[in-house]
Amino acid sequence: MGIYSKPVVFAVISALVILVGTVATAFVPLFMPSTQPVSAYVKPYTAIEQEGRDIYMREGCNNCHTQTVRPLRTEVLRYGEYSKAEEFSWDRPFLWGSRRTGPDLNRIGGKYPDSWHYRHMQSPQSMFALSNMPPYGWLATNRLDTSNSFRKTQILGYGYTEEQVKQQIADCKAKLTATDYDSKTTRDQVTPEALRGELTEMDAIIAYMQKLGRDVKAMEAK
Amino acid sequence: MNDSGYDYSVVKGFAFSALFWLVIGLVIGLWIAFEMFDPVLNLTPWLSFGRLRVVHTNGLGLGFGLAGIFATAYYMLQRLTRTPLPFPGLARAHLWLFNIAIAAAAVSLMAGLNTAKEYAELEWPLDVGVVILWVMFAINVFAILIKRQEKQMYISLWYLVAMTVTVAVLYIVNNLEVPLNLFKSYTIYSGANDANVEWWYGHNIVGFIFTVPVLAMFYYFLPKATGLPIYSHRLSIVSFWSLIFAYLWTGAHHLMLTPLPEWIQTVAIAFSIFLIAPSWGSVVNGYYTLQGNWEQMRTNYLTKFFILGVTFYGLQTLQGPLQGLRTLNAFFHYTDWVVGHVHMGTMGWVAMIISASFYYMIPKVTGRELYSVKLANIHFWLILVGQLAWTVTMWIGGIQQGAMWKETNPDGSLTYSFLEGITSLYPYYRIRFVSGVVYFIGILIFAWNLIKTVRQKPSASRA
Repeated sequence: MGIYSKPVVFAVISALVILVGTVATAFVPLFMPSTQPVSAYVKPYTAIEQEGRDIYMREGCNNCHTQTVRPLRTEVLRYGEYSKAEEFSWDRPFLWGSRRTGPDLNRIGGKYPDSWHYRHMQSPQSMFALSNMPPYGWLATNRLDTSNSFRKTQILGYGYTEEQVKQQIADCKAKLTATDYDSKTTRDQVTPEALRGELTEMDAIIAYMQKLGRDVKAMEAK
Repeated sequence: MNDSGYDYSVVKGFAFSALFWLVIGLVIGLWIAFEMFDPVLNLTPWLSFGRLRVVHTNGLGLGFGLAGIFATAYYMLQRLTRTPLPFPGLARAHLWLFNIAIAAAAVSLMAGLNTAKEYAELEWPLDVGVVILWVMFAINVFAILIKRQEKQMYISLWYLVAMTVTVAVLYIVNNLEVPLNLFKSYTIYSGANDANVEWWYGHNIVGFIFTVPVLAMFYYFLPKATGLPIYSHRLSIVSFWSLIFAYLWTGAHHLMLTPLPEWIQTVAIAFSIFLIAPSWGSVVNGYYTLQGNWEQMRTNYLTKFFILGVTFYGLQTLQGPLQGLRTLNAFFHYTDWVVGHVHMGTMGWVAMIISASFYYMIPKVTGRELYSVKLANIHFWLILVGQLAWTVTMWIGGIQQGAMWKETNPDGSLTYSFLEGITSLYPYYRIRFVSGVVYFIGILIFAWNLIKTVRQKPSASRA
């Protein structure tokens, strides 16, 4: 009876049937600029922030934290302005997440000083006794590997020159190791002595935290 | 080889691989369930929740799920076509490479090599490995179908063909990435596009691994185990085509109220509601198959597994579309409700159908009687009670967390901090852990029963 006795024809028809919805909802939007609009206010990550983002992915932070504030009253009250598509134009991959075991992080940038993050990453339980977040103090014992930083920004199309990337790394290092850095005491507490003059993985992930939502806040301030 | 020329060694190999990865995946599941209420088990980076959670999902989805599918597929393909495997050597290579790949996947994920795309976390060299494995499987699928002795392709074969084709499309499209080096790559899609492609994949990979091939098992092993023909061939035709057509439109219901364009979300809602029909087409077909023979629920231990399994599939496919509705989604999304939803499908539907299929199939391929029907019954009740306690606990926890997020004071300010919301769930997390232990004991009995079965002397009457 018809296609039920013709396996190859059957496979081809099955493929066509599954491709209808695929083309309509997944492929066509790829070519519609309205799916992922861009905004001049939203800047790409610096090389250090991108390193932090890679550590965020490596540690699977997205398994507990979302990065999209929904347009709901209580959600905006809790986290801040709801998320707009423009904010994610540089994000490869997107990190919106699917479960909130921890709070949303899309508006975390600038909410707390670096010192708060150093303490919290080192031991969440020292700040919130009942928190179930794993401690990440060990990130401060790993020197940040920046050997691929430039190539990463190249692949991601951030448009930096190699000099600019070197400068970004040097600037970040200068800022964090300066004697007048506002979170110096806490950073020194969590960072082993040998690495205090270097950049660590902890420094990078905190730089990433501080970038999240910052461009939107800057835009609103104008 | 046996007298009919069928090659069952690879069937056995995949079945016991499935059992192995099932036990490993559940141990990791228990480990991370404990971490949810007590972070003390985050002993090293390799054992931290963020890394282990993906070992759990990949270990059970790819390790247990796919191995169970391959085991039953190699069996059903040979029986339904009355043809021996065309390339048994290739199938054996498939078995070995599969286990190497799953082990490599587990180690690499624990080491933090993770693309951070849900259910597509493996880094690119392993993606290439998965594609090669899939081609090795597909060659045998299509070769046996072309060489088949039986003219008509039975329902189960339709589902296996649809899976073979669709998983290939999903996996390749979603995993297109630019390598930085051997251990790191970046997806070619950005932002909202990446989200849309990822959840088109994420939703459908679950559909075409945890629904489509499990339906193939259901349609084959239910009639075999009960001795009753499927109620309606026409209903199965309608269900099949409408299921595989509608499924692909619904991925964006995972992205409700995110910055994804609203029209994609709305289309997904509409097709999700539509999907209730073909899903329940199979459920009803299963129920009516037992028409007039419901005493089998008492007399035939396998019938219980199939009917309860398909009931959880039915509940699952009602709950899913409802969760997709904007208003309900606004409440339930990001809470443990969804975690409960997923686990009713996996611990209920998938595990029960694969269990029963193995109980029917392993004695057939080894020429031995099942070691103990009594143990199979104990297995059934333990995984039923364990799963129900697990999922219902998570639903209650999800409702509580959703409500606490929304609660406001008379002056309009938020009543609860985020931390108060999550810590109020710890009692539920403890209950979930205990339920998981009950379930795990059921699975250990399952594995033990099958190991004892193959270690017996062959029975006199070969099936």
